[in-house]
Amino acid sequence: MAPANNPAHNAAPLRVRNLTRRFGANTVLDGLDLDLAPGSFTALLGRSGSGKSTLLRTLAELDPVPKGARLDLPRPVAVAFQEPRLLPWKTVWQNVALGLPGREARSRAEAALEEVGLSHRVEAWPATLSGGEAQRTALARALVRSPRLLLLDEPFAALDALTRIRMHALVLELWRHHGPTTLIVTHDVDEAVLLADRVLVLENGRIAEDVAVELPRPRRHADPGFAALRRQLLGALGVALEEAA
Amino acid sequence: MSDTQAVPAPHGLLPGRAAEAGLPAAASPRRLTLPPRLRRFISPLVLVLLWQAASMAGLIAPRTLAAPSTVLASAWELTLTGELPSHLLVSLGRVLSGLGIGVSAGVALALVAGLSRRGEEIVDAPMQMLRTLPFLALVPLFILWFGIGETPKIALVALGAAFPVYLTLFSGIRGVDPKLVEAARIFGLDRRGLIRHVILPGALPSALVGLRYALGSAWLSLVIAEQINATAGIGFLINDAREFLRTDVIVVGLLVYALLGLGADALVRLVERRALAWRPSLVKE
Repeated sequence: MAPANNPAHNAAPLRVRNLTRRFGANTVLDGLDLDLAPGSFTALLGRSGSGKSTLLRTLAELDPVPKGARLDLPRPVAVAFQEPRLLPWKTVWQNVALGLPGREARSRAEAALEEVGLSHRVEAWPATLSGGEAQRTALARALVRSPRLLLLDEPFAALDALTRIRMHALVLELWRHHGPTTLIVTHDVDEAVLLADRVLVLENGRIAEDVAVELPRPRRHADPGFAALRRQLLGALGVALEEAA
Repeated sequence: MSDTQAVPAPHGLLPGRAAEAGLPAAASPRRLTLPPRLRRFISPLVLVLLWQAASMAGLIAPRTLAAPSTVLASAWELTLTGELPSHLLVSLGRVLSGLGIGVSAGVALALVAGLSRRGEEIVDAPMQMLRTLPFLALVPLFILWFGIGETPKIALVALGAAFPVYLTLFSGIRGVDPKLVEAARIFGLDRRGLIRHVILPGALPSALVGLRYALGSAWLSLVIAEQINATAGIGFLINDAREFLRTDVIVVGLLVYALLGLGADALVRLVERRALAWRPSLVKE
């Protein structure tokens, strides 16, 4: 299947068939199938050890594609990790421009940094950045490549609650503006429901739950329907809520 | 109620931190107002003064150890006659050529071993075995191989410098955070780009520590090497002075060795400050 050349979306569909990964006797992904619509925002939930990160690493082509699996992936891909993974010996703009060809690398990096609100930190060393600033730099580094597939591996897990709220808004804004097919791995059910159009729960190496989130944006915890979704997803993750709403 | 009052702020200053912050202010008026860097020089200066006093009082015989004033006068004289500068140049030449060879060899071997598995298999085992040899014990062999001219002296310095550079650069390359390498790979760096932008800069701090060790080791090798039938160099100056019981000249030679070592160390530190400006300890907002 060829990637859709839909000019409205800077994205293409993602298709995974029969993805199996084993580490020794341990089967982490077991014949997993996955389809993501172009430009969609999907959250991937799962208990620790459920294979979320393995799936993401395969999609990022950090791990080799196993035999028997078929992957059609939108390219280019960009990843933001839980740790910003900035090179400490390069300034903020150099980190963003890493691997960009050509003379306009710097101006492209600066434009991306402006978009994430870091124009004033262009020349800073990563060691001087706050956690939120570092993670915004990592987002700018992902965006500057105009990715058609954006993978976010628990990018906000290490941030404080207030910074996380701001980062949620930023990610949504960037996603709306650039429209990449986006997959966020998280173990925060609230984060998944706040951000994504669709929430997947990974269990025993397969997609065990596939829930569409049809709440209007911007979403709030107090929205009707939020609590129900939350309870449903937590249930799928094996967490039963004692108090009934 | 009283509990809530005892805890002042949510993220706030713990009582211990507040007390620490108060300490210097309370203690400073009693202290000498010399800056800390100068304060460190007080006790060495006192020692030199004691030495001078003991020499003047006749407690230390000149043939045991010359007085500091005599040492200074001899240093001045040796400089004026051109003797000290010419020996110094010879010694510097030996160290620089030895270092040049040793550091290049160490860097080359570390790159081979650090950047490829095959290279590690070939290079690392013999290097790890050889490094356990006290290299100064090789002097007799070196004399047999290279005679008593300049070659064994330079070879000894080179050998002393190569191992620290090899060991630190190799472990520096292997110690680069694999997560950074992974991220850089995702963002499209090929192997050359990875080596240039990620691996070598990441290994640099460790390699510079190795360079400092190498310099120290090079001076040590020089001292030993210059005991081998030298006809010029600081070591010759010292040996020659021994024949004539000139302890003042011996001390001048030792001082020159020490100053050269200090100077080299300061140079590397300067390089570190330039090249590692990104490090958290050096970064200033």
